[in-house]
Amino acid sequence: MTTSTNNTAWQQGLWHNNPALVQLLGLCPLLAVSNSTINGLALGLATMLTLIISNSVVSATRHWLIYEIRIPVFVLLISGIVTTIGLLMNAFAHQLYLQLGIFIPLIITNCTILARAESFASRNPLRLAIKDGFSHGIGFALVLLAMGAIRELIGEGTLFAQAHLLFGALAGTEPLLSLSTDRGLLVAVLPPGAFIVLGLLIALKNVLDQNALDSKSQRLNHTTDVTSTGTV
Amino acid sequence: MSAVSATALSKRDAVALGCFALAVGVILVLANALTSDAIENNVQQRFNAALTEVLPADYFDNDIKLSPLTFEDTTQLKTRTVYRGWNNNAPAAVVISTHTPDGYSGRIDMLIGLTYDSEVTGVRVLNHKETPGLGDDIEIRKSDWILSFNGKQLDAGLRWEVKRDGGDFDQFTGATITPRAIVREVRQTIEWFAQHRQQIYSTK
Repeated sequence: MTTSTNNTAWQQGLWHNNPALVQLLGLCPLLAVSNSTINGLALGLATMLTLIISNSVVSATRHWLIYEIRIPVFVLLISGIVTTIGLLMNAFAHQLYLQLGIFIPLIITNCTILARAESFASRNPLRLAIKDGFSHGIGFALVLLAMGAIRELIGEGTLFAQAHLLFGALAGTEPLLSLSTDRGLLVAVLPPGAFIVLGLLIALKNVLDQNALDSKSQRLNHTTDVTSTGTV
Repeated sequence: MSAVSATALSKRDAVALGCFALAVGVILVLANALTSDAIENNVQQRFNAALTEVLPADYFDNDIKLSPLTFEDTTQLKTRTVYRGWNNNAPAAVVISTHTPDGYSGRIDMLIGLTYDSEVTGVRVLNHKETPGLGDDIEIRKSDWILSFNGKQLDAGLRWEVKRDGGDFDQFTGATITPRAIVREVRQTIEWFAQHRQQIYSTK
């Protein structure tokens, strides 16, 4: 994990070790809030911000860290960051705050953040820790965004409805895309739809990984005798 | 890590943890001080907007938010908060904050605007937990259904039930319980106000 090659940090967070698709961390907000594109994007951004700040502070103070009390310190720190973000959202993006409701404070319980503080930020220099926060944060946010978009499209037939909650006057009150005035397939925006869509996304990722592995081993087979074990 | 070091917290650790908690506390106090005015402002604005939606400002000329009263409805076992509007010192119209426990997923909070003669000027749902896509058509941003109360009265030959129950109000496809709960609560609130309006307006 302490490798400093540029690509690995990004590949880890965005793909190979994606918090949502591989580690399956933070499922509670992931499943509950991803019923629309804007909700997913907003919670994804809030989580990413928390992750970056928490990684930075933990990494910057890692030399003074007392090993025995590191977990309560991390939890305290993350709670402070999330509460501050919650207050700021309540003050400056009030509608969005109301819409996301309990899931803003619940970012504290997203295991991804504590896991990155403990397993990466407390052992690596600031620059790497920030990059790690970005890559895992973006990885989590992208999955939230994708799930929100898919569920909203199937369930309501729209994309980016109520974008003004996040983007203010920049976005109109009309959705970016609206397929029909009829209701869509309702199950997609209900809780079962969250599990189904997440399952399909994980399956898609595994298929892509398997394909990549297959074509790689085919190329390698010309010269060496590599056997792929199929772990993805 | 051995079991000993996991249990033995030194004084130094405790002091460090305490200092850290204090630092985070200071940051939170600062953040709260920075945002509390804006948050208070937002809550007020949201409430004002809802008030104006259920009772347009030209119905009254006083500051309607100034002295709300809370009443116990002993037959319904609930409390309602009444915001009283006067026009030229005559009782003119009220906004009543009430709720029904009978939604499909529990409590639904709403605001109901009524003229002194018990004509509905507007109804809005403030909070609910109804099923997205089925029951949430009670929200103004999802459907116009809630506007069907506008201008309605009790004694206009109108049957205050959803159509499924032989009334005049639409239900939603696949959702009868939610609109039924709201129609009944609006009716009961009007009946309650008609009975108690003199008492409501004579209370200081």
